[in-house]
Amino acid sequence: MASGIKDKVAILGMGCARFGERWDTDADGLMVEAFEEAIADAGIEVAQLDAAWLGVGFDAQSTGPSGIPAAVALRLPDIGVTKVENYCASGTESLRGAVYAVASGAADIALAIGVEKLKDTGYGGLPTRTRGSRWDMIGVTGSAPGNFAQLASAYGAKHGIGPSDLKRAMAHVSVKSHANGAKNPKAHLRNLIDIDKALNAPLIAEPLGLFDCCGVSDGAACAIVTTPEIAKALGKTDIVAIKAMQVVSSNGWEMQSDQWDGSYLHTTRVAATKAYKEAGITDPRNQLSLTEVHDCFSITELITMEDLFISREGQGWKDVLDGLFDADGKVPCQIDGGLKCFGHPIGASGLRMVYENYLQLLGRARERQRQDSPTFCLSHNLGGMPSQNVSSVSIIGPLGA
Amino acid sequence: MDVGILSYGLYVPRRRLQRSSIYKTNRWYAPGLGGLAKGEKAISNWDEDSVTMAVEAGRYCMDGIDRGLVESISLASTTLPFADRSNAGIVKEALNLSDNVMTADRTGSLRAGTSSLMHALQNGAMALCLAADRRKSKVASTEEMNYGDASAAVLAGSGEVIAKYLGGYSKTVDFVDHYRETGADFDYAWEARFVRDEGYQKILGSAIGAALDKLGISAAAVDHAVISVPVRGVPQKLAAVAGIAPEAVADSHMATVGDTGVSHPMLMLAMTLQNAKPGEKVLLASFGQGADVMVFETTQHLPAVNQRQAHFIQPGLSDTNYSRYLFHRGLLDIDKGMRAELDEKQPGTSLARDRKTVLGLIGGKCSESGIVQFPKTDLPVNTLSRATGTFEDYPLADRVAKVLSYTADRLAYSPDPPSYYGMIDFNGGGRMVAEFADIEEGEAEVGREMRMVFRIKAFDTLRGFRKYFWKAIPVQRGES
Repeated sequence: MASGIKDKVAILGMGCARFGERWDTDADGLMVEAFEEAIADAGIEVAQLDAAWLGVGFDAQSTGPSGIPAAVALRLPDIGVTKVENYCASGTESLRGAVYAVASGAADIALAIGVEKLKDTGYGGLPTRTRGSRWDMIGVTGSAPGNFAQLASAYGAKHGIGPSDLKRAMAHVSVKSHANGAKNPKAHLRNLIDIDKALNAPLIAEPLGLFDCCGVSDGAACAIVTTPEIAKALGKTDIVAIKAMQVVSSNGWEMQSDQWDGSYLHTTRVAATKAYKEAGITDPRNQLSLTEVHDCFSITELITMEDLFISREGQGWKDVLDGLFDADGKVPCQIDGGLKCFGHPIGASGLRMVYENYLQLLGRARERQRQDSPTFCLSHNLGGMPSQNVSSVSIIGPLGA
Repeated sequence: MDVGILSYGLYVPRRRLQRSSIYKTNRWYAPGLGGLAKGEKAISNWDEDSVTMAVEAGRYCMDGIDRGLVESISLASTTLPFADRSNAGIVKEALNLSDNVMTADRTGSLRAGTSSLMHALQNGAMALCLAADRRKSKVASTEEMNYGDASAAVLAGSGEVIAKYLGGYSKTVDFVDHYRETGADFDYAWEARFVRDEGYQKILGSAIGAALDKLGISAAAVDHAVISVPVRGVPQKLAAVAGIAPEAVADSHMATVGDTGVSHPMLMLAMTLQNAKPGEKVLLASFGQGADVMVFETTQHLPAVNQRQAHFIQPGLSDTNYSRYLFHRGLLDIDKGMRAELDEKQPGTSLARDRKTVLGLIGGKCSESGIVQFPKTDLPVNTLSRATGTFEDYPLADRVAKVLSYTADRLAYSPDPPSYYGMIDFNGGGRMVAEFADIEEGEAEVGREMRMVFRIKAFDTLRGFRKYFWKAIPVQRGES
């Protein structure tokens, strides 16, 4: 295996726009909001950027094609801007592009920015769109909740978990994220909910109710990365380094062979295994300080705890109910509110997760700050649908940890 | 070698709209419909049309018979979805018949099905004769009370026939009891008493007499008189005039299915054959700008086919949702929401490339590894082999599958919400994520047996096209 990315790239600065229904601004404005914070945090001039990557999930609804929208909005200094799209991993993919550019020596300082302007569609949830001419003839487009809800049916059947037990564990996931989001001034949803409210909400896609689903938001987030050496030369002391970045795309195995049972995310398991190896983590349940996972739906977060090998297979729902992933639990998950409450502007989400982990590592998370000196902080994205998807696992931590 | 009927099939949609539920809504306007507000009628779902229903009857009819023997296929209907695209040709693809079969669309009269059958019987080659209708009717009309949706199939040919063709008689009279202009939605019907006296009694009645005379068959020898007239008492009257015994008159199924248009004579014939014994004479009579009369004699091969076909006749599901019925026929402008605005344009090029995959549900079986996959691809999934082109055609449409995961989606647009879909594994290999059709609350579960049906996947309303594909429905007891 390749030697990996561990400690080869440092995060120089990060920024994140306020997520939400941003009727007041468009994609350009959201990018500027995130970028101004990041460039000030990095302490560099815009002219020092060598290259940039832009992550957008639904470009038809927000920015239009190409990397040009970021170059124009941010008035970037005649550099290459590459637009990346990989479903909900698009933001993480933009970071991976920038990180790899720095690690290769092709760029000294690179920008990753993700943005999504979804609230111009006129309705809640993600836009419906084509998936290619063959798929449109034989595939099921459905909805995101419908695609992920199926995890619950297969997971429950495989492990013999009663529907009410599973529903209660799923509700706990969402109640926890609302409690966390309430403490986050940049979060889309800042209201507290109780378990009964989650349990009694109208069904969206059986068995997912309204509070089992994240909404969609407008937002942007960005990271400026460089080498640890340049970061030090620029006067940075507490250097946050990239420990691992792994992305795995389905090759049709889940959808077309008969080996996958529908109860877990194959790609996440492979990406996690590779990322732990890259970061030098052998015992994720005890070595991870924080996780920001792709909680597009409560069931996804619950199952992801198993796919990341934090919970044993079939036991994740019990760990959830035991509070293991609460803000004061052993391994907090979505301490910033997650997709559920911070919000889910597709192209920005991966970077938003890294942003929270970065703040926590630097002790800047204010009311949400963990007091136990976080070390390895993981972020995870999942794009597409369980039967055919892309999964990313990224880990950051103090340089040298 | 005897020429006659080799097999039959019929398809009656699962939902049965209670006529009382129609009347309950419309009584304020049309209290006179109260006399018809009894029983139920079969109604197809939003994703069915004459083509999809014909496919289903055709599948039932061909059960246990080598489809490679079929030489021609005809589809009779007054509600063919395409004016210029062979509708029978779509059925041919769905049934995965050889590219070398002849196809014909037959339309223009409620007699189109029987005329088509008569042509086939005169020829003697193996011909799959299909009939289906899904007629629209105006709200609070007599037709709305009477019309039902169904399809029927008769396989005509020679050899071990289940009913020998003794001969037929046909006449044509441009008698306008009702009509529908090309492209129009609704029938325009003349006064019932005029149709009864001048149409049924004079034209059809004389044809029945003339047919029996021509064939030298005594009316008393007729064991089953399948007289397709959807008016209570008329078949009995015609039988009495002809001298046919009253007990020989076949049930019209108006109380349970409704008047199913072009498919009705063949539907009644199929139902009659199901209950017939060898050595019986069956008269089939239909009406529509003239009359067709045919007489058959059942043979010793009938019981075996009856046994095979029996489980296809399923009990219906009582339905009182009149507004859903109206919506599914385009008669109620329900707000579909923005999610329904997705452009459903179908490239002709990709449909041509993937014709067998899409219309025939043909997957592939790898000649090296034996794995079954849908759809076929250049490189097979799940094998270390990098060889390309190893897939052989592997039809999946008639294989039972089991549910691996599912949901009932209330967010995605569906004309029949919630939208059920999930991953299914076929017995013998192969899997797909499929939409579920005709599924009621409580019927979806992991492990549930499903079977595939040919349905409309989506309408391209901008360009007047409909996309067909296969969906999964729960296997009911007695099937599969």
